[in-house]
Amino acid sequence: MNLGLMFDAMVVLPSGVGLTLTLTVLSLTAGFLLSVPLAFIRAFGRPGLSLAVLSYTYVIRGTPMLVQLFLLYYGLAQIEAVRASIFWVILRDPFWCALLTFSLNSAAHTTEILCRGLQSVPRGVTEAATSLGLKRFQIARLVTFPIAFRISLPAYGNEVVGMIKGSSLASTVTLLEITGMARQMVSTTFAPYEIFIVAGAIYLSLTSIAVKAIQLLERRLSTDGNRVHRHKARWRPPLPDPEITTPPA
Amino acid sequence: MGGFTTQFVVALTVTISLALVTGCLGTAFGLFLAISKGTAQPRLNRVVTAYTTVVRGVPELLIILLIYFGGTTLASKIAGRYVEVNAFTAGVVALSVVFSGYATEVFRGAIAAVPSGQTEAAKSLGLNAWQRWLFVIGPQMLRLALPAYGNLWISLFKDTALVSIVGLTDIMRVAYVGAGSLRAPLTFYLAASALYLSLTTVTLLSIRLAERRYPALGR
Repeated sequence: MNLGLMFDAMVVLPSGVGLTLTLTVLSLTAGFLLSVPLAFIRAFGRPGLSLAVLSYTYVIRGTPMLVQLFLLYYGLAQIEAVRASIFWVILRDPFWCALLTFSLNSAAHTTEILCRGLQSVPRGVTEAATSLGLKRFQIARLVTFPIAFRISLPAYGNEVVGMIKGSSLASTVTLLEITGMARQMVSTTFAPYEIFIVAGAIYLSLTSIAVKAIQLLERRLSTDGNRVHRHKARWRPPLPDPEITTPPA
Repeated sequence: MGGFTTQFVVALTVTISLALVTGCLGTAFGLFLAISKGTAQPRLNRVVTAYTTVVRGVPELLIILLIYFGGTTLASKIAGRYVEVNAFTAGVVALSVVFSGYATEVFRGAIAAVPSGQTEAAKSLGLNAWQRWLFVIGPQMLRLALPAYGNLWISLFKDTALVSIVGLTDIMRVAYVGAGSLRAPLTFYLAASALYLSLTTVTLLSIRLAERRYPALGR
């Protein structure tokens, strides 16, 4: 262990935090905006449309993000029409390719999470809203979505953490976020331990902050005042997929 | 696709064997950690919690890079000359660490979900600790853990693609090489996606089968 090198890494690597956070926040935002209508279609749409959304989420969730990233970054260039079109300005840039891949990925995951939330909204609530004379869009906006969002929040926290971790893949298409900076430093100093451990610590603090923030939001939005339950919130990254929650006792 | 079909077949077996070896090691280690976390003293408990927290909070790619390059440095230092760690070994170690981190939490949750009356009843029947685990808690716990445990296998198959970055000739690596040499990246990466998708589909279907065969007891 070389402490001097670790200190160097601690000075250099935080300059990659900006890009990591930019990629994460932008792709989460884009993914969320895209996933809200998709989740409604997937949960309440006509069978054909629902199946179309399901096939999108299934393919995205069933293949590694690395393959998708390479497909967009290297693969699309093979089509002549893409290179001739105006989209080429965006698609030849690694940043936009990574952002597009991450957004599509996040959208697929968030769609499934929100869909599960939407489906677990009690029927009686929507029926009550109908009997009050609310229109379908009003019910979705004022009743179904807020309830579903609260139900999905813990699972969405996993998605946020997953996206922070997933953004490290951007280093494979030459982007210099935290992992990219670390790999560059390692190739010049030949000290993998020190530098990768510092990079890991930075990621760990980012994911811990995200977990804590989601838990705060959960507490803010929770409607029941069970204090004992609230204090159980801890600094711990959650499990990866929405289905991976510990079974209730 | 030129002569890459045979290479893809070989790469497919590499990916599958990497996932199987990793999954078995990770499961064994995860089970061990979960059981020791449930029973042992608070100090060990805290160590296990720290382990799972760190593993789940750091990108898989970083863990693979750390173990591959760090392992090479360590092995070289010990041997006194340059020794390169095998990418397959590094991949197995790194992904086992990741898998066990998640599996520990899955199993711990499942163990906690087995009603304490079961343990008490087993004790009152005079079963010793081994018998209690083997015949009473184990079977119930595994059934409860099955859905979440299956998801871990699906993410494991997807994570194996990351090991190609340190040079393992798996599906992703063959696609990368083929895309470069034949200048047909779209074809090769689409082929790779199809292979990964079929792998995850097969995994998903077998989990569903297992879930139907072994549903959680008593609900």
